[in-house]
Amino acid sequence: MQAIFQLISTHRVLATTLFLMVFPWLMPYEALAINILIFGLFAMGFNLLFGYMGLLSFGHAAFLGMGSYITGISIVSFGMPWGAAILFGVIAAAFGGLVIGFLAIRTRGIYFSMVTLALGQIVYYGFYKAEKLTGGENGLRGVKVDPFNIFGFKVDFLNPLIKYYIILFFVVIAIWLVSRILKSPLGAVMEAIRENEKRVSACGYNVAQTKLLVFILSAAICGLAGSLRALHLSIVPIDSLHYLQSGQAVMMSILGGMGTFFGPFVGAAVMLYLEDVVTSFTKHWMAVVGLIFIFFVLFFPKGIWGSILEYLRVQKGTPK
Amino acid sequence: MAGLTLELLGMQLLTGIALGSIYALLALGLCLIFGMLGVVNFAHGAFFMVGAFLGVYFLGLTGNFLFSILLVPIVTGAIGLVTERFLIRPLYGRGIDYPLLLTFGLSYVLIEIMRVSFGIEGLPSITPDSLKGSMNVGIGYFPKYRIFLIAVTALIILGIWFFIQKTRYGLIIKAGSRDPEIVKVLGVDVAKVWLLVFGIGTAIAGLSGILASPTRSVNPEMGIPILAESFVVTVVGGMGSPIGAVVAGLLVGVVYSLTSLFAPALAELSIFVLMAVVLLIRPQGLFGKSGFMS
Repeated sequence: MQAIFQLISTHRVLATTLFLMVFPWLMPYEALAINILIFGLFAMGFNLLFGYMGLLSFGHAAFLGMGSYITGISIVSFGMPWGAAILFGVIAAAFGGLVIGFLAIRTRGIYFSMVTLALGQIVYYGFYKAEKLTGGENGLRGVKVDPFNIFGFKVDFLNPLIKYYIILFFVVIAIWLVSRILKSPLGAVMEAIRENEKRVSACGYNVAQTKLLVFILSAAICGLAGSLRALHLSIVPIDSLHYLQSGQAVMMSILGGMGTFFGPFVGAAVMLYLEDVVTSFTKHWMAVVGLIFIFFVLFFPKGIWGSILEYLRVQKGTPK
Repeated sequence: MAGLTLELLGMQLLTGIALGSIYALLALGLCLIFGMLGVVNFAHGAFFMVGAFLGVYFLGLTGNFLFSILLVPIVTGAIGLVTERFLIRPLYGRGIDYPLLLTFGLSYVLIEIMRVSFGIEGLPSITPDSLKGSMNVGIGYFPKYRIFLIAVTALIILGIWFFIQKTRYGLIIKAGSRDPEIVKVLGVDVAKVWLLVFGIGTAIAGLSGILASPTRSVNPEMGIPILAESFVVTVVGGMGSPIGAVVAGLLVGVVYSLTSLFAPALAELSIFVLMAVVLLIRPQGLFGKSGFMS
């Protein structure tokens, strides 16, 4: 058992890709699988900042939402091709990350959480009021992707399975990127900052710059998740910018295991699957998820995946 | 600008102060809890919401507003005591993020409990009969209730100030927020003080809920935006500074209400922009100590 988990941890990108290839057949319906894929990516981008660098942001919905809205607006208002729209969504989110990150990294600890939450709300109200472009309270509607051809294959977004694999393509690139970042010297500095910021700074690393860089990377990944979500839902709900949405990334990370590679995906899968099951017989999903979250914070702070790894004493990551 | 008179400006300023009173109370509660326990209470907005619901409920039941104002903080304070004792206490010494995360989860549960108890539509807000209508304040007619709101808030803030500055308990709280170890060595049961402070903080949150209830719609989600707004106040005023909480609360209220006079669409945005500016110029907040949490 330990050997299997060790193998998964060593070849994490390959393991994730293989698992996600068969994932749609394990879920009751494809839309849920796509949702889990997107929110797993969202939580993974968030976890880069929170789990690996120790900065608890409550403003990451801003990046998810910016990715969604800019992708959506590019398609709806400017008629851009969907590939370019995704690119613009990611760039917009990264730019948002630069601005919000620049202000937020001036603060530390719990203060950082409050500041990111409030700065994220600026984006929420901004998009809420820019009704002409964003549709305001009703959200942005009509984000359509026309069928197109790749190497002679007809690709139609209306087929959920095809949509899943198109989205998976982008998610795998992002997963590879995150894995690569974590293996790089930058990844080591990130974890060192989490453990002891002063010492890292004394070693001659520029802490502020590293924080800002990781904040931007994390924002860009969340932005990609948002872009893909706009294509998936073909609408952008205004709630995707609200800080409760940021809270969802936080909950998924904790549930799955913060600071672990698979944790955010496990968290997203468990939470969204549970939501699907629970909402079928009660309206009070919020109470259920709140109680589960409190339970994990109190008794399993390492989350599901983190606790498994700890139980099996799996060595972390790959040899550097 | 046509139709803009000094009177109108003055009235809007008063409206801002009334709104700011609520912000000041909320931020003060947050600040007390943070200063003592080092915990940011993410359920503060939920306690505010519970206070508003219970306030309307008690008022409907008894018809006595003063009685409700006394009863609500006792109930929300009691919920706070239970929260600290059984949920937050096990988390001390485990990293600063955990109590924050826990209270965030708690806010979900509190919102859902209110939805189950009072319905998702919320309750119609009631202004007590004796405080209905408006009165002449020299520059025009101003709602009586908002005058009452400002006066009561001033009284509460004075009371808290007196409690912290002039009583033995206040001394212990002040000493405890500076160095809990020494206070423990001097024979004070710090755990009890923390329990009490969390209770007081949540009692104030509930109190601000019932005070705000006649001025806004009472629904289970009302605490969600107000949490973000009270964070803005805390950041502007400076974390852990009670004076900062009060001054910034009033300032944020005035900024909100003046912006809604000149550019209604930007009212919600304005206070967040104010916070961004403060962060740029003075990251520790107007009254915050430099180097503390920044």
